[in-house]
Amino acid sequence: MSWFKRLREGIQTTTKNKKEVPDGVWHKCKKCKHANTIKELKENSFICVKCEHHVRIGSADYFDLLFDNEKYTELFEGLVSKDHLEFTDLKPYTERLKSAQDKTSLTDAVSVATGKVNKRPLVVAAMDFSFIGGSMGSVVGEKIAKAIDYALETQTPFLMISKSGGARMMESAFSLMQMAKTASKLTLLAKSGVPYFSLLTDPTTGGVTASFAMLGDINFAEPNALIAFAGPRVVKETIKKDLPDGFQTSEFLMEHGFLDFITDRRSLKNTVGDLLQYFEKSPSKESA
Amino acid sequence: MVFLDFERPLEKLYQQLEKIQEIEAQGDVDVSATIKELEKKIKNQRKEIYSNLSGWQKVQLSRHPERPYTLHYINSICKKFTELHGDRYFKDDKAIVGGIGKIDNETVVIIGHQKGVNTKMRQYRNFGMANPEGYRKALRLMKMAERFGFPVVCLIDTPGAYPGIEAEERGQAEAIARNLFEMAQLRTQIVCVVIGEGASGGAIGIGLGDKVTMMENTWYSVISPESCSSILWRSWDYKEQAAEALKLTAEHMLEFGLIDNILKEPLGGAHSAPEEMCKILKKHIKKEIAELKAIPMDELLERRINKYSNMGVYSNQSEIKEGEVAEK
Repeated sequence: MSWFKRLREGIQTTTKNKKEVPDGVWHKCKKCKHANTIKELKENSFICVKCEHHVRIGSADYFDLLFDNEKYTELFEGLVSKDHLEFTDLKPYTERLKSAQDKTSLTDAVSVATGKVNKRPLVVAAMDFSFIGGSMGSVVGEKIAKAIDYALETQTPFLMISKSGGARMMESAFSLMQMAKTASKLTLLAKSGVPYFSLLTDPTTGGVTASFAMLGDINFAEPNALIAFAGPRVVKETIKKDLPDGFQTSEFLMEHGFLDFITDRRSLKNTVGDLLQYFEKSPSKESA
Repeated sequence: MVFLDFERPLEKLYQQLEKIQEIEAQGDVDVSATIKELEKKIKNQRKEIYSNLSGWQKVQLSRHPERPYTLHYINSICKKFTELHGDRYFKDDKAIVGGIGKIDNETVVIIGHQKGVNTKMRQYRNFGMANPEGYRKALRLMKMAERFGFPVVCLIDTPGAYPGIEAEERGQAEAIARNLFEMAQLRTQIVCVVIGEGASGGAIGIGLGDKVTMMENTWYSVISPESCSSILWRSWDYKEQAAEALKLTAEHMLEFGLIDNILKEPLGGAHSAPEEMCKILKKHIKKEIAELKAIPMDELLERRINKYSNMGVYSNQSEIKEGEVAEK
């Protein structure tokens, strides 16, 4: 027998008046539904403490995880997308851009930063899935191109952290050509002997996988990330059969020979640090 | 003849013409004047229809079942051609063909998507949708061309790279990415022509070159209008709107600076006069190769990379001063 009697059943609050739980208290794991506190999640490199699921995080989180003392300089922040095609589907592209910018306080789907990882310099470009699905338009292509130029000029290794649904449809062929643009630029790094590391995170699909993400001197991924050319839904519709378990996961790609290794996010910084150490130019080479 | 929905007025005229030609064959009445008049009408009607095609209509034309495909062009353009098969790793993809041949006295390597001409062949060619081994075969042939200094010609006509389980297993994305990377630095001339459909990664996988041309009634886009409609409109019914919104026609692509030029097709499209189209294409390829050969190789590569580096439209807010808008 309870003290209070429930007069009306169910939730009475309308969606409009729904109060969001304030940020920074709880995060419910998408995979195991375990409620992590944000604090414990952060301390665990945004990995669910119960099931080890790697929660999707943004570029700033990766920069904090990677760079020594969370210190880094962001580059090329001024680049902003333009609606050159005057593209409208159910919503004008300009509106989609604006709401994405308001929602994320980012300018576009990739951020570039430079700083030190275990005392060695590195240029990092990291994508944000929260910005129109991390899609690649002109700005993403140009920022990556500029990051590569910067890495070339300063002879600094380049790390690309991909997290993207693919090309940005609202920029049509402009977005398609970013594949050719970024791949072309990467050839310059290769020629100049500056190492390029490609980290694929959940999800990396479409034109992003089919250009810079697959072109690393080292290709590595976070565990259980979706990595694909055609997404699972498209493949399923094409073949009209169920997909095998574990299809298009990091583990599947490594098994098929497309990844060098898989790294837990908690050891990401040291993994990258090791790579920087391996690829560091020996003093004799530098003086030559 | 196959008529598309917007060609219906033409179909009627052709039916009339056929009837009158039957009468003429019987030889009882002189109908030559009527025939002439009808032929003139057909020509005018065709001009009218073709002078104002929408994006979607061009998509339909690019898929016209009678449109010439890669091997048709190759057989007409080359006085000799030997098809070369296989990627040397896995198998021979039937959706991308390639080989070595002579255009007049010039040895060239030609690679292109191949669609089938009838139901059986369409299946055999996987509807022009290549698997990774197709892109790897293309790359193998390009590297051979590079070794011997042969120019490379790529003919693009695909509804997309094949999205199947095995394609994913064998690294469709890696195959396309690798081609982009290698083509950017390939030390020989690359001439690309979109002869039909230019759909997304499947097209650009053999589409990075010194000169990229689109035939008049073709399209090039990051996604097909149908798929775009299904994703952005959440229904398959908006393909016409999607085709307009994507600005996928040759005119738009040229205006955006994403292609180098447009190849005019005979009135009524390439399929209405295939041999004429072959001649136009041959002339075009010869001209492009001759022009590119005049450029020193290092400069050619620099130009190629600069061309792609400059593709993109954005604004740079850090450069915007008061009262003016920085645009690129």
